[in-house]
Amino acid sequence: MFTGLFNYWVVIIIMMSGLYVVMSSSNLIKKIIGLNIFQTAVFILFISMGKISGGTAPILAEGITAYSNPLPHVLILTAIVVGVATTALGLAIAVRVHEAYGSVDEIEIAAIDAADFDQETPAKPAEDTTS
Amino acid sequence: MSNQLPAIVLLLTLLAAPLCSMMRNGDHAWKLAVSSAWLSVVAAFALLQQVWGGYEISYHMGGWPPPWGIEVRIDELSALVLVLVTLFGSIVLSALRESLRPIMRSHRHSLYYTTFLLCMASLIGITITGDAFNVFVFLEISSLSTYALIARGRDRRALTASFRYLIMGTIGATFILIAIGFIYMVTGTLNMADLAERLPAHADNRVVQASFAFFTIGIALKVAVFPLHYWLPNSYTYAPKATTAFLAATATKVSLYVMIRFVFDVYGIEFSFQQMQLGLLLVPLSIAGFLIASLTAVFQNDVKRLLAWSSVAQLSYMVLGLGLLNIDGLTASITHMFNHAMIKAGLFLALAAMIYRVESSKLSDLAGIGRTMPYTTAAFVILGLGLIGVPLTAGFVSKWYLISAALEKDWLWLAVLLIASSLMAVVYIGKIIDAAYFKPVSASHAQVKEVPPIILIPCWTFALLTIYFGIDTRLSAGLAGRVAQTLLGVGS
Repeated sequence: MFTGLFNYWVVIIIMMSGLYVVMSSSNLIKKIIGLNIFQTAVFILFISMGKISGGTAPILAEGITAYSNPLPHVLILTAIVVGVATTALGLAIAVRVHEAYGSVDEIEIAAIDAADFDQETPAKPAEDTTS
Repeated sequence: MSNQLPAIVLLLTLLAAPLCSMMRNGDHAWKLAVSSAWLSVVAAFALLQQVWGGYEISYHMGGWPPPWGIEVRIDELSALVLVLVTLFGSIVLSALRESLRPIMRSHRHSLYYTTFLLCMASLIGITITGDAFNVFVFLEISSLSTYALIARGRDRRALTASFRYLIMGTIGATFILIAIGFIYMVTGTLNMADLAERLPAHADNRVVQASFAFFTIGIALKVAVFPLHYWLPNSYTYAPKATTAFLAATATKVSLYVMIRFVFDVYGIEFSFQQMQLGLLLVPLSIAGFLIASLTAVFQNDVKRLLAWSSVAQLSYMVLGLGLLNIDGLTASITHMFNHAMIKAGLFLALAAMIYRVESSKLSDLAGIGRTMPYTTAAFVILGLGLIGVPLTAGFVSKWYLISAALEKDWLWLAVLLIASSLMAVVYIGKIIDAAYFKPVSASHAQVKEVPPIILIPCWTFALLTIYFGIDTRLSAGLAGRVAQTLLGVGS
């Protein structure tokens, strides 16, 4: 049971670790790391389902009868690109958060926002520092 | 030409987006963006006309027949959502240039239009594709561009709102990806029509059931079904002005479309509602959703946040209609998807016009705005009446169907709760009207002038459409009724 489904157990463990990091950490960067771990688990899931034991890359050749299914692998290439884009955007926003608040910790940011709210002062506009 | 329309409607905005990003001049980029968006409106109406009456279009990308190639599939439901996305998106985009001016230097506008067009193109893509994996990819493109659009808000809290949405949205989309992976493992196909044929044979398979659970959670996050609506109020509140109008009109509605498409078509009603008992989950959650969200809206002092909470409540109506599983309920759900998109886009746009002059969306700052900006406020009031569901406005039609759906089930208490929630809408819209017309103008805002016509005309377009669709319901409720019959498999 365990050995036959080894990949899937790995997927579950990695996925849950990733989700745990996303939920438990208050640091925005660590959240993105957690999100990446979580997504990686899904990549492994897709890659595992396309593989058959003894199968090889789907290139027609002499003496080979079993081929792995290339479709999940191609799908996951797209999903990896999506994941990279998400990470890039997430990090970019984290940089902007750091510029605006001087912190990347969710709890500290919430405290700063709450202090703004108490003083009834309008929050500072995020400066356009990129141009 | 006309048989290539399904590809054209997507490519117009998808190709205009990178072109926009290459332009240094914001005005030229805006002209390109607006013209491509309005052309896609024309294409969308042409497609609607082709499928009108219950026909379907199946377009094979690159000439590869399904299930091997990627299929674009358009029926009446997707044509309606297509019209919703392109038409309302284009109206908002027309007003966007003027409302961006105070918050962004003009040479950066072109990048903003690029993101906007990408978001629009991907929402079109979700609507028309017949391939499950495409849905995931387009969903992620639309989400990524949405995060970027929100993060551009002026308040720094826009950044944290966008980040929060990014985390939750990515988890939701990845859950959908897992769901798609699971059903691919069992059936070996990604074509939605093909899936619909093969899945019933595997209804007892644990993998398919797990896939359904992952899908429901993932899409519920995107639709903002209570209690997964946590990302929505802040995102809508801090997103820059007119952008909120676009997001509120389209993003959650298209997610709801995906939910309807998968639950009714791909997984099938019997599996979703009898075996997995989806109704038991959706109905209580959406009832709690509209009651709590309406009540929260009543106590808001920031009009933008108030409207955002009202969006959560209205989305709960749509999910409720879906969960009731009768023809009136589903008709209400689809009609309200269209009507609410129109009403909320108009309200947020009129509010953006007020913010354009007053630079605040606090109720106290909007005091007396009915006298300083009479035309904008009048449009806001008409749309507000539509939101409440006053007869002769579009909002009345969808609420009527929803209440008949509740009565058809003999759930009198539900009809009472729906009316109670509408009364709360009277209270929160009344609060705004009270501030706008019956409070004295504060000295600092006495010089406020009416907005330029380029913002005012889109606001009034939404207001007049709200009245039009309250009287002529052929496009909204008429079509929705036919779609509901097809989805539920009754009649023809």
